[in-house]
Amino acid sequence: MTKQEALYNYVLRLGDDSLILGQRLAELCGHGPILEEDIALTNISLDLIGQATLFLDYAGALGGEKKSNDDLAFLRLEKEYVNALLLEQPNGHFGDTIMRQFLFDAFRKPLLESLQHSSEKELASIAEKALKETKYHLKHSSEWVIRLGDGTDESHDKIQGSLHTLYRYSHELFFEDESDFLLQKSKIVPELNSIKLEWEKTVKNVFEMAGIALPENDWKFEGGRQGRHSEHMGFLLTELQYMQRTYPNMEW
Amino acid sequence: MTQDKKDWPLWEVFIRSKQGLNHKHVGSLRAADSTMAVENARDVYTRRQEGISIWVVPSNLITASDPSDEESLFEPSASKVYRHPTFYDVPDGISHM
Repeated sequence: MTKQEALYNYVLRLGDDSLILGQRLAELCGHGPILEEDIALTNISLDLIGQATLFLDYAGALGGEKKSNDDLAFLRLEKEYVNALLLEQPNGHFGDTIMRQFLFDAFRKPLLESLQHSSEKELASIAEKALKETKYHLKHSSEWVIRLGDGTDESHDKIQGSLHTLYRYSHELFFEDESDFLLQKSKIVPELNSIKLEWEKTVKNVFEMAGIALPENDWKFEGGRQGRHSEHMGFLLTELQYMQRTYPNMEW
Repeated sequence: MTQDKKDWPLWEVFIRSKQGLNHKHVGSLRAADSTMAVENARDVYTRRQEGISIWVVPSNLITASDPSDEESLFEPSASKVYRHPTFYDVPDGISHM
């Protein structure tokens, strides 16, 4: 594997994580629990889709097949998407949406903080831009986890349940393979061990304030990074790809 | 502040658009507490770069004038044109007047 191929794989993962979570949040446009939160979630969705645009644009340039970001976003097969399984999980109730967001934001922020100093200039500049947005996303999702956990009995039980369901997907965020190792050796990307320490610190801190506990079982799900997705992914892609599949090359 | 937990308090939102200008009332929103009110205000009222600073104030802490007092409060000044600085020329280069 060449360095360029490894970088393509790496950037595609960053782009797909943003794209798929952005699409999930976009489903809530007009369906948020309150007007203020509806707008907040849609803002975050737009931030993520903006990040996906930049990452996939960059990936397309690295890929050598002259694919545009639209080609990558809309015209791949399910098994060609490499987002983590966490991000394709359904919105569920508001607690589920917030917990999924929090587990991801707590990972994405330290990752981008490190990537903004990458020796690959393009990667560094996208990370720097995305970091500003992600800092706010993490603040927003943390505040909500704390309030739901420390709110009423019902909100506490619900957010605890969300954590129970989603925690098993969080381990995959730290998935690494030969693409990562190759780039880590050239100091282009950080080792995920260091990111995981940051993640654990944030998660522990926020859950402590929220009064919720990590699940005791150590069940781990993975597969998304290798293109093996959960049953939800097909439905998500059907909606995401509908226009390009039905009217190929359409623009608006 | 006692309140029904199901009904979040109302907050008035003030945004300052750029350095040196004052905060202006832009609208209101509901939020569980002041931190969330600032976040909500950021999301609802500054999406298009409207501001660089946000204030939120619980609506119930605002004391307002009574609309029925309008006559006695505001009409007397209508006939006092000399209170307006219209007899002066504003020098060039003075903005925000």
